[in-house]
Amino acid sequence: MMKRLPVGVLLALAGCSGVQSPLAPSGREADALFSLFGLMMVVCGAVYVLVMVGLGWSLWRVYRRRTVAADSVSISDRTLDRGVWIAAGIIIVGLTTLIIGSFIADRAMFRARGRDAMLVRVTGHQWWWRIQYRDPATGSWIETANELHLPVGGTTRMSLGSADVIHSFWVPNVAGKLDMIPGRRNLLDLTPRREGWFRGQCAEFCGLQHAHMALDVKVESPAAFNAWLAAQARPAMTPGNGIAARGASLFAGSCAACHVVGGTTAHGRAGPDLTHVATRRSIAAGTLAMTRNNLQGWIAQPQAIKPGTSMPAVPMNPTDINAVAAYLEGLK
Amino acid sequence: MKAPADRRLQLEQTWSDKPGLWGFLTTVDHKRIAARYIVTAMLLMFLAGMLALDMRWQLSVPENTRMTPQLFNESFSLHGSTMLFLVSVPLMEALGLWLVPLMLGQRNMAFPRLSAFSFWLYLGGVMTLWVAHALDITPDLGWFEYPPLSGPSYSPGHRADIWAQMITFTEVAALAASVNIAVTILKMRPPGMTLARMPVFLWAQLISSLMTILSMPAIMLVTSMLIADRMVSTHFFAPAGGGDVLLFQHLFWFFGHPEVYIIFIPATGFVSQIVETFSRRPLFGHSVVVLAIMAIGALAFGLWVHHMFAVGLPRLGNNFYTAASMAIALPAGLQIFCWIATMWSGRPWLATPMLWVIGFIATFVIGGLSGIMTASAALDLQLTDTYFIVAHFHYVLIGGAIFPLFGAFCYWYPKATGRLMSERWGRWAFVLIVGGFNLGFFPMHFLGLMGMPRRVYTYPPGMGWDLLNQVATAGSAISVLGGLVFVGNALWSFWRGEHAGSDPWRGSTLEWAGLSPTPPYNLAYTPAVTSLTPMWNGGDPLRAYDGIALERREVLITSVADAAPLYRQRSASASVWPFLSAIAVTAMFLGSIFTPWAVAIGSVPIAAALIGWFWPQRERTMTGLLRKRR
Amino acid sequence: MIGIQPADPRPVEIVGDLSGLPASANGARNVVWWGNIGFMLIEGTGFALAIAAYLYLATQAPHWPPPGDAVPGLLWSSIFTVGLLLSAIPNLWVRRRALAKDSRGVRAGVLAMSIIGALLLIPRAIEFSHLGVKWYTDGYGSVLWLLLVLHTSHVITDLGDTVVQAVWLFTHEIGEDQFADVEDNANYWTFVVVTWLPVFAVIHGVPRLT
Ligand code: HEA
Ligand code: HEA
Ligand code: HEC
Ligand code: CUA
Ligand SMILES: [Cu+2]
Repeated sequence: MMKRLPVGVLLALAGCSGVQSPLAPSGREADALFSLFGLMMVVCGAVYVLVMVGLGWSLWRVYRRRTVAADSVSISDRTLDRGVWIAAGIIIVGLTTLIIGSFIADRAMFRARGRDAMLVRVTGHQWWWRIQYRDPATGSWIETANELHLPVGGTTRMSLGSADVIHSFWVPNVAGKLDMIPGRRNLLDLTPRREGWFRGQCAEFCGLQHAHMALDVKVESPAAFNAWLAAQARPAMTPGNGIAARGASLFAGSCAACHVVGGTTAHGRAGPDLTHVATRRSIAAGTLAMTRNNLQGWIAQPQAIKPGTSMPAVPMNPTDINAVAAYLEGLK
Repeated sequence: MKAPADRRLQLEQTWSDKPGLWGFLTTVDHKRIAARYIVTAMLLMFLAGMLALDMRWQLSVPENTRMTPQLFNESFSLHGSTMLFLVSVPLMEALGLWLVPLMLGQRNMAFPRLSAFSFWLYLGGVMTLWVAHALDITPDLGWFEYPPLSGPSYSPGHRADIWAQMITFTEVAALAASVNIAVTILKMRPPGMTLARMPVFLWAQLISSLMTILSMPAIMLVTSMLIADRMVSTHFFAPAGGGDVLLFQHLFWFFGHPEVYIIFIPATGFVSQIVETFSRRPLFGHSVVVLAIMAIGALAFGLWVHHMFAVGLPRLGNNFYTAASMAIALPAGLQIFCWIATMWSGRPWLATPMLWVIGFIATFVIGGLSGIMTASAALDLQLTDTYFIVAHFHYVLIGGAIFPLFGAFCYWYPKATGRLMSERWGRWAFVLIVGGFNLGFFPMHFLGLMGMPRRVYTYPPGMGWDLLNQVATAGSAISVLGGLVFVGNALWSFWRGEHAGSDPWRGSTLEWAGLSPTPPYNLAYTPAVTSLTPMWNGGDPLRAYDGIALERREVLITSVADAAPLYRQRSASASVWPFLSAIAVTAMFLGSIFTPWAVAIGSVPIAAALIGWFWPQRERTMTGLLRKRR
Repeated sequence: MIGIQPADPRPVEIVGDLSGLPASANGARNVVWWGNIGFMLIEGTGFALAIAAYLYLATQAPHWPPPGDAVPGLLWSSIFTVGLLLSAIPNLWVRRRALAKDSRGVRAGVLAMSIIGALLLIPRAIEFSHLGVKWYTDGYGSVLWLLLVLHTSHVITDLGDTVVQAVWLFTHEIGEDQFADVEDNANYWTFVVVTWLPVFAVIHGVPRLT
């Protein structure tokens, strides 16, 4: 606890417990790193104070000599030689502490390795996330996008890859980041300890819209999680009222080439799976909140909202757009 | 023996350049070349600083629309590439080019024409990047351009090629300068300046030159591979074709990490000289500082993986690089200790150069410590690619290299111009820059810890990042203002400054022995060195040798270890060939952005220019098969 | 405090005269020799890193060379290697002649080295056509060609240098500095020979041993 003290001060200073902050750890991996950060702050803070005291004192002598006239403090090179050894000793002790601390945190992060955790495959795309859960019962993959759900307390293993360029998966409140590299798959364990909404963001520069590649993360009770996963596995709802049904047929014409809607003929793979898009909190990788209005705006002019995105503006009149949005809004 | 005045006249005649444009294009005077480097680099620093200010403006409020994402990406790419490749490294070399012969009491570098070639090629690199920018072919993928993003599939057009080719230019220039500096230091030390009596500045220049020689080939190789992937369909970095994306990162950082110490180590040389002179005692722990520089230089080649902790390499390896990276704190810390100990036991005089040293220590140590934090492979998973890293490298680059550079500028300005800079305005610039910098960049640590990634052109409201970003912007603006005061002071003092005399600070090393501004031949005699601080021999006259020619360009070559005189070497005269060679090389590099054939065709004029350059001027033969017949 | 120094530089006491020193030197005493070492160090690092890149890709790939790629032909590569190694003999002889400041020997030797260098390009050219892959086939082909192109460019550069030197030597009066130049050029050829050996070992050994 002691070593968290300065961090506490720091925290209070910046008032920074965010939904996307290593300083508000809510998972085992992030906890280990937060403690390590505390240790770093203590050691490095002490070192900085020492250096500044030394510097300040030697300058203070200049000032004092001006007022006291004679140079009262004189120090021999012999004494300074001894100082070199003392300084080296202090530095070595400090460094050893930090290196050991770092190794311990590293071990703590990887403790769960080897146990069989639930596997989730996350694939980075310019500029969104494809997310696939392996159904523990059937072994089949349940696909969704841009919103990750995790059961609290358990360890989930993320298998990270990329479909195009390098991205980096980072949900700081839960764990550190790990790159998503084409041609490779990296494994990252997440063990969230607190329920709630968190935010992740792509951390490796991946082109024009790197800034708009965020990820919503919901940590929930295992029961809620299982219910959610089961719902995700179901095919899409069939649209009820007239306008949504019209939207569905428009969608099948204009959008199905790029998007999957489970249970329909839409199975394009270029864009995110939209089977349950309306259950998500935001659209276009955290760029807009999920509302009817925003859906319409996004369909009408994706390039204005997220310049450079791979989704083109499909020519449609406002009524049609409204219909498609209504259809999407029904995809719970 | 000639009277001193005649001697000067004769030397002046021998070493002067032709007047006018021809003299400008053909000069091989290391001081003129270095001055060009410095002026060009300062101008670029200003331009890149303006880009930074623009980025700060964009980031000062969430969802700002001042910049399009494209413009923002271009801005940080141009800012980072310019600051590192076209400002920091060249400035450090330029100070070496300018000072090494002076500190050795020599009349020029070992390879005078190579100095000229190096500058012209550097200028080619500058023009490549900035003229391309004017033509809207600006690189937009950062100062390191990882494939596949920079590969043919995701970056059509020529933006990435411009970046890669600009690197080739500046690296060839830097390599040429480094060989030149290293050989000059090894073979042209004045009699008596054994390795043990070499000032720290020269050690720093020697080691960073050697580091350049051993690291820059890596980036030449990797950018060539990138260009090949883009142009002739090789598959070095394409996983689908049996290549590997991480190969690029390994090679890049094998260069990239030593690169930052290539910038930092010369700065420790400036600091050592300034601390010595202004503490008015020989530097405490000379050998500790030199050993520390060597240790940093050697360790630097074993750390590159700490830029790749998040790519998912084996943990054991990562932990090794953690320990190795942190080990750098030992030599770095001992250096800091020696400088403080020198001030402590000396009689410090707080003129502007010394103020910059103080600003350096207070700022650099923060950056060094944040470096130690990111050196932990575990913790780096939270810190990498966030504003914490942006804070780290600006603290070490600006605090650790640019502040000492400003100090060095103030310190050696009177030697170069014969005038002193205003102390009053110097203090204002110091306060504005150091204060503004810390105000602007300290908050970035918090931004990173609060989750703000780097290289984002905007961010949503409600993340809690707004206020800190505003403070960062304000601080940056203040430091730019300080930069203008600094430059204004330098310009004003150039014409109006107080006359400095030859040795205004009573410096410890040989550059202060000659006239200010330094005449084309530097020193009239070859000094004889008996201590680490040859100018501090108790007011006795400077001991020197005579005998190096006055009527032709000649320099003294000595032995590597103990600087015993070996022979007198003819020193190259002014020549237009380095300039023409640089133009030929520039044409070839630029052409090769568009077609691989440029390499073959372009090598013809290059060969011609090089033959012109090295063609020895001697009589036609009177013997052998092709003897001159009457 | 500032500016109290006289405008004149420090008074000087002459303690010796250097005009008796020779006007040139050979071997490691010469500055240019060190410049040459500097550039060899640069290029040697380049070779080392290119070989490292080759080995890195080899360790990342499941098969090396990838299925479908032939191993590089050994015959012409070996002929080139033997030729290159044999060329070291006349090369060392030229170097010796240069140190002995023997004008006739140097002229003959540099001419011979020009011819030998040009002849060596023939097996090298054939070697390229027996590599078994193209540079655009896959990563293996790319890095193989990289090594070969890198080395060939050094052969050509040094050959060009030797030819120019030969022309100059036959048409001009040779002085001390030119003997040193010939020596440096010969050292550089030694460098070209030495760097080939690890490249040869790697491009033929690794695909056959794995
Ligand atoms: C001048 C340039 C410079 C210098 C000197 C340094 C110095 C150091 N740097 Fe930095 N670094 C950069 C420039 C520099 N760096 C740049 C440009 C990048 C970013 C590249 C990019 O991604 O764009 C970078 C990135 C970078 C990373 C990668 C971060 C990431 O991307 O995730 C790391 C990780 O280890 C690192 C570590 C260090 C360390 C350990 C030092 C050490 O040398 C520091 C040593 C000094 C001290 C520690 C202070 C003095 C010592 C004491 C007072 C003794 C007591 C200390 C202790 C007991 C701890 N640096
Ligand atoms: C030495 C190197 C150096 C220097 C000095 C600076 C200086 C500054 N930098 Fe820069 N920066 C980098 C190197 C440097 N930077 C690098 C390598 C990157 C990474 C790029 C990447 O991600 O690829 C980066 C990235 C970077 C970012 C992150 C962008 C992003 O990730 O999205 C930001 C944002 O605030 C920033 C801001 C600034 C600011 C405000 C300054 C200010 O300090 C600038 C103030 C300007 C001055 C002090 C100059 C004043 C002028 C003169 C002294 C000369 C005047 C001359 C005449 C008038 C003739 N920099
Ligand atoms: C050429 C392919 C393409 C077409 C056609 C296309 N989209 Fe998209 N869509 C994408 C891509 C790629 C994304 C991810 C964009 C991003 O976040 O940068 C996307 C994202 C979306 C999203 C946000 C999904 C999420 O999870 O955040 C919605 C909703 C959407 N598209 C609806 C539509 C509709 C409706 C149409 C037809 C009118 C359509 N798309 C046509 C490719 C396409
Ligand atoms: Cu994906 Cu940045
Ligand atoms: Cu580094």
